[in-house]
Amino acid sequence: MPKLLSGAEIVFKALEDQKVEYIFGYPGGAVLPIYDELKNHKSIKHILARHEQGAGHSAEGYARSSGKPGVLLVTSGPGATNAVTALTDAYMDSVPLVCISGQVPTHLIGTDAFQECDTTGITRPCTKHNWLVKDVNNLSKILHLAFEVATTGRPGPVLVDIPKDIQFKKGKYKFFKNTLKKKLNGKVAHKISNNELDKFINLIKKSSKPIFYTGGGVINSGPEASKYLRELVSLTGFPITSTLQGLGAYPGDDPQFLGMLGMHGTYEANNAMHDCDLMINIGARFDDRITGKVDEFSPGSKKIHIDIDPSSIGKNIKVDLAIVSDVTQFLKSLIKRFKEKNKNFVSSNKQKTSKWWQQIEKWREKKSLNFINSDKIIKPQHAVQRLYELTKKQDTFITTEVGQHQMWAAQHYKFNKPNRWMTSGGLGTMGYGLPAAIGVQIANPGKLVVDIAGEASVLMTMQEMSTAVQYRLPIKIFILNNEYMGMVRQWQELLHEKNYSESYTAALPDFVKLAESYGCVGIRAKTPNELDKKIEEMINIDKPVIFDCVVDKAENCFPMIPSGKPHNQMILGPEEEEEISDEGKILV
Amino acid sequence: MIKPKSAYSDPGKIGKIERHIIVVWVDNEAGVLARIAGLFSGRGYNIESLAVAEVDKKKHISRITIVTEGTPQVIEQINLQLKKLVPVHKVADFKRGEKDILFRELALFKILGNSKKLEKVKKICKKFNPVILDKTNKSAVIQVTALRAEIDKLALDLKSLGLISTSRTGAVAMTKGPKIFN
Repeated sequence: MPKLLSGAEIVFKALEDQKVEYIFGYPGGAVLPIYDELKNHKSIKHILARHEQGAGHSAEGYARSSGKPGVLLVTSGPGATNAVTALTDAYMDSVPLVCISGQVPTHLIGTDAFQECDTTGITRPCTKHNWLVKDVNNLSKILHLAFEVATTGRPGPVLVDIPKDIQFKKGKYKFFKNTLKKKLNGKVAHKISNNELDKFINLIKKSSKPIFYTGGGVINSGPEASKYLRELVSLTGFPITSTLQGLGAYPGDDPQFLGMLGMHGTYEANNAMHDCDLMINIGARFDDRITGKVDEFSPGSKKIHIDIDPSSIGKNIKVDLAIVSDVTQFLKSLIKRFKEKNKNFVSSNKQKTSKWWQQIEKWREKKSLNFINSDKIIKPQHAVQRLYELTKKQDTFITTEVGQHQMWAAQHYKFNKPNRWMTSGGLGTMGYGLPAAIGVQIANPGKLVVDIAGEASVLMTMQEMSTAVQYRLPIKIFILNNEYMGMVRQWQELLHEKNYSESYTAALPDFVKLAESYGCVGIRAKTPNELDKKIEEMINIDKPVIFDCVVDKAENCFPMIPSGKPHNQMILGPEEEEEISDEGKILV
Repeated sequence: MIKPKSAYSDPGKIGKIERHIIVVWVDNEAGVLARIAGLFSGRGYNIESLAVAEVDKKKHISRITIVTEGTPQVIEQINLQLKKLVPVHKVADFKRGEKDILFRELALFKILGNSKKLEKVKKICKKFNPVILDKTNKSAVIQVTALRAEIDKLALDLKSLGLISTSRTGAVAMTKGPKIFN
């Protein structure tokens, strides 16, 4: 008879078998038995956050920068509800998380006990799946299944809710592998047929105005996917644009790269999307920030969509060729097939796409990311550009909060490798970047990790600086401080007659003193002259730093597709601001 | 065609609304019905009727029959989203009016009245396999099985004959012939 283990021991045994090195969490009454067991498992390190939301975003940052699932441990009731934002964020952005939550003892469930909440009920819509463990003998199976669900198909968060009595009870442990014999995402691992590949290749050959539109799916598929993507783009000679989440899959400084597309994407990327005759979507989901007005979205193009999630295909935009597949697998077979028959494709096809490239160059000449710089006041775009120039030589990881600074970071920081850019895209969670940076730094010790932040966002999870100091994580919080919720202010300017309702923060802390009180370093830059020197100072400090970059308060983020407009009607700068229709105003 | 009001909430090309019957085989575990119902409510789909019961006592498989309405695009999303749920084994989708499919709903009617009235009631229900489940000298409970529209009509017709209470199930469905859903 196998040795019986307590529920808490089973939790750690399962984590060990899943090769988990770090868990992010916060203790409380209903998880005490699990925390008590922590001391017996030296291979697993616990990172104590200051709030469960912070723990969740740290786990996300860890997962996105390492490719491994993030593990989160929280208590019942408020512990679980605080984790909900992070779980929803991970669900929207396809980040694999395993959240283990404590629950009141089985016999108290349903009695409104202290710190009881219906955790599986609350988290049902924001996880891929969740479990309430009622029998300790099911615990090991559920835990291993949880890891499998989180990491396979389109990745995402899962939650295992373990009542306190189950954590004490003794039960059997077994390592289950591939318990999910059943198809994932409603589809059995898809074998890509030559027929599909040939259809794809035919569309490529026929096209004279093609564009690759790639997304987070390429990153999620692993570093190999980025390699294959680069190979395919070079084999075809086609232009490529990327969504916010896909940045880094293709080198940001490559001439074939048109920059990010979408609401704050470049003029050339959006116009190319609108005018193309072939759109090749790899691992993106036709999100509303990308499409703009749906019924005027790229009207004349054939569309190909490669996605691992069948429900992403045809959800927003109808496509002509849909292939359900993992990006790496697909690109690998496609490139093989393509090379067999089309050795000299680029040179033979140059003629065909030359006009298209000429048109793209014309759009490029607009230099849509340009801004009017100043020598008196730091422009936020300039600050991001300087940060990029001064950090590009080393392997730098960037996280962001949500708002104008996030878009400026996406526009002006050029990424060359996958997993270097962690931002909350789907849910748009202010307060994501600081805790995410903590997770990124843990997964990548010795590397430079910068959170490009806004002062409003970063205050939402500022308490996590304490975590960074405790674990000596030298993260850099680079705050573009304009004293406004900048994106809110921008929308109020454009849509609500400059009625800046509640978007100004009147009593901000002194970020330098705040840094000092946390035991880290505070730096402030007020003029463009001192910016470079101060950024270099920040980079060279081997401690967490809060960098208060005082920027222009009134700067707006351009270019922009205004609400309710298609891709080819962008506003390039303040001189083009126009009335937004009533129909546009109801959009977000 | 309705003119789209906005870019981001624009439903795209609006298709014809169709009524579909969706059959889902699920593990009969705690919360599974909430998962299915939550998927519908969370994504703004409509459940017109619902019938659930365990059909395999050994494997604990439940069969859920959902009647819903939507454009072809919405119906496709419902199918794909259902298939992604971990406890879902398979999903079958039928358009209302398909020839190879049988649909039935069951209804119980409580009638107040004497035996003369009851005879009339039985006559009206004749086509729908009426069974008298309970009878007193003042009342009767009648069970019928029929299609939804037929039960709607029956309930209306019986109102003047002393119908005081109606209880109905959701539709259940099965293919005709030797074929089963796959």
